[in-house]
Amino acid sequence: MSFSWAKHYEPTTALGKYMDSRLPIPRLVYDSLGAGYPTPRNLNYFYNFGVLAGVALVIQILTGVILGMHYAANTGIAFDSVEHIMRDVNYGWMLRYMHATGASFFFAVVYIHIGRGLYYGSYKPPREVLWLLGLVIFLLMMATAFMGYVLVWGQMSFWGATVITNLFSAIPLIGDAIHTWLLGGFSPDNATLNRFFSLHYLLPFITFGVIILHIWALHIPGSNNPTGIDVKGPQDTVPFHPYYTSKDFFGLGVYLTLFSVVVFFLPNMLGEVDNYIPANPLSTPAHIVPEWYFWPFYAILRAFTVDFLFIPAKLWGVLAMFSAILLLFFLPWLDTSPVRSNNYRPVAKTLFWVFLVDILILGICGGKPAGEPWLRLSQIASVYYFAHFLILLPLVSRYEKALPLPNSITEAVLKRQTHKGGPASIQLPGAGLAELPGTGRAQPAE
Amino acid sequence: MATQIDPSTDMTPAGERRRDFIYIATGAFAAAGAAAVVWPLVDQMAPSADVLALASIDLDLSAIQPGQAIKVSWRGKPVFARNLTPAEIEAANKVDVKSLRDPQSLADRTKPGHANWLVTLGVCTHLGCVPLGAGEGENRGDFGGYFCPCHGSAYDTAARVRKGPAPKNLEVPQYAFKSPTQITIG
Repeated sequence: MSFSWAKHYEPTTALGKYMDSRLPIPRLVYDSLGAGYPTPRNLNYFYNFGVLAGVALVIQILTGVILGMHYAANTGIAFDSVEHIMRDVNYGWMLRYMHATGASFFFAVVYIHIGRGLYYGSYKPPREVLWLLGLVIFLLMMATAFMGYVLVWGQMSFWGATVITNLFSAIPLIGDAIHTWLLGGFSPDNATLNRFFSLHYLLPFITFGVIILHIWALHIPGSNNPTGIDVKGPQDTVPFHPYYTSKDFFGLGVYLTLFSVVVFFLPNMLGEVDNYIPANPLSTPAHIVPEWYFWPFYAILRAFTVDFLFIPAKLWGVLAMFSAILLLFFLPWLDTSPVRSNNYRPVAKTLFWVFLVDILILGICGGKPAGEPWLRLSQIASVYYFAHFLILLPLVSRYEKALPLPNSITEAVLKRQTHKGGPASIQLPGAGLAELPGTGRAQPAE
Repeated sequence: MATQIDPSTDMTPAGERRRDFIYIATGAFAAAGAAAVVWPLVDQMAPSADVLALASIDLDLSAIQPGQAIKVSWRGKPVFARNLTPAEIEAANKVDVKSLRDPQSLADRTKPGHANWLVTLGVCTHLGCVPLGAGEGENRGDFGGYFCPCHGSAYDTAARVRKGPAPKNLEVPQYAFKSPTQITIG
């Protein structure tokens, strides 16, 4: 489970020795978060976001369990109970703002975490299962966030629930039956609210379980790193503690500072005003939008406006939106290049940034009303989204000529110190490593 | 059993064991039992008896004047009941049905002998918004029926889609006249 040069846990205290032969939790911590876990020495700050996502989940569970003590999942009083939390419950406003803002932060952190994985090729062998488990977590998060948003039972909650559950009615033949079954009625009502509360409470704990599998799968090969090349020896690693515990704590401090700024000074920045109006099934808000973290997918959903191939536009939209996410499950087999990090893949790297811009365009379109030019723009961006994964990436990974890889992580690190600043790819323009000063010093004993 | 069983492996020459039957029977019994338990767990999510009890409503139309419409809630969704004026009926009948996106005549969408009563769901067939036009003074769109403010779908006086992104006409729910001024929806 770890490299052969990992330090071994030696219990020193009497209690430590007692526990080690009965329930060796200290050993588990030492081997997975402590000095017994050698980690690539070159991890940058993008590698903080896994830990940050874990912290974000803990914040959500903690504040959520407390909010659950004051919330009432009944359509008659749900909205009022949220206002009761905001106005009457001691520190209720803070807990609710932490929970609502926390969801946004959780998604922001996870999106950066996924982007990091995409850029450095962390989904490639031997980490495919790790990647797939991460996507399962992402799906669970989306379901949880959607249902949590409905609990407020404001206008946007209600109409968001209407639009999203209506997606299932697009399924041919059995769609309407599934729709009614999911809602427990013919439109979102008390039965819907109750089951959403129950599941919203359950799913974070399921997520927690999958995260444990995710971390387990991570600790088998160990972390990838910005060079994407494998650890070759002890000189390529540092013990997780104190090196990455301190780095993670610093990142956590920055994260919590930003989080506090939004919670205390801009708590409604990311929310929709319409959700402060109680749900009214007889009146639709003029502009139904989901929370920002669903915008890219919402744009893909709405991009289909005409029926073709005997499939109605609505079903196309639903299929496209779900495939946009499911496609990521196939990524390890669509991108077949043996080089992991985009630092050494000039074409793939350009594609990555274009893809990122494409996602941003989809995100902007998803937040706008469904009219021109946003509709046309989201159609083009949706086509590119699928082309990126299904055409461009497989082709590039077959024909691209990668830049020469450094011989080891250590070599790459020491070269970077000689050429201060700038990413490694700029310093490795196929010039042959031997010509670069400092390489002799950097050669590891292999 | 006439077949020869090898005592060392407990198998017939065909590779079957006497225990196979016990295994299969146990597995089948457990699977049937599990399915019997799972069904209630699945079916509890379907609409409950009280929700279904409210699945049909009675509606008194006598107070609705020609040209007026009312909005009622049925199964949590709005229903528009509209008393069409002779001019509106004529306008709806003048349209060439074949030219419509969702070809239906006014007669297809009303009950025989009650051509002036247009009863539809107040749910836009595009993304489920509630169209305007049932309330007094609301925008009825370019075709005098209903107008959805979300994405600009316009419906005519037979609540048929004439403009905008909606794929279908406003849905006509199942309903029946109990008396000339009383209907049961659902």
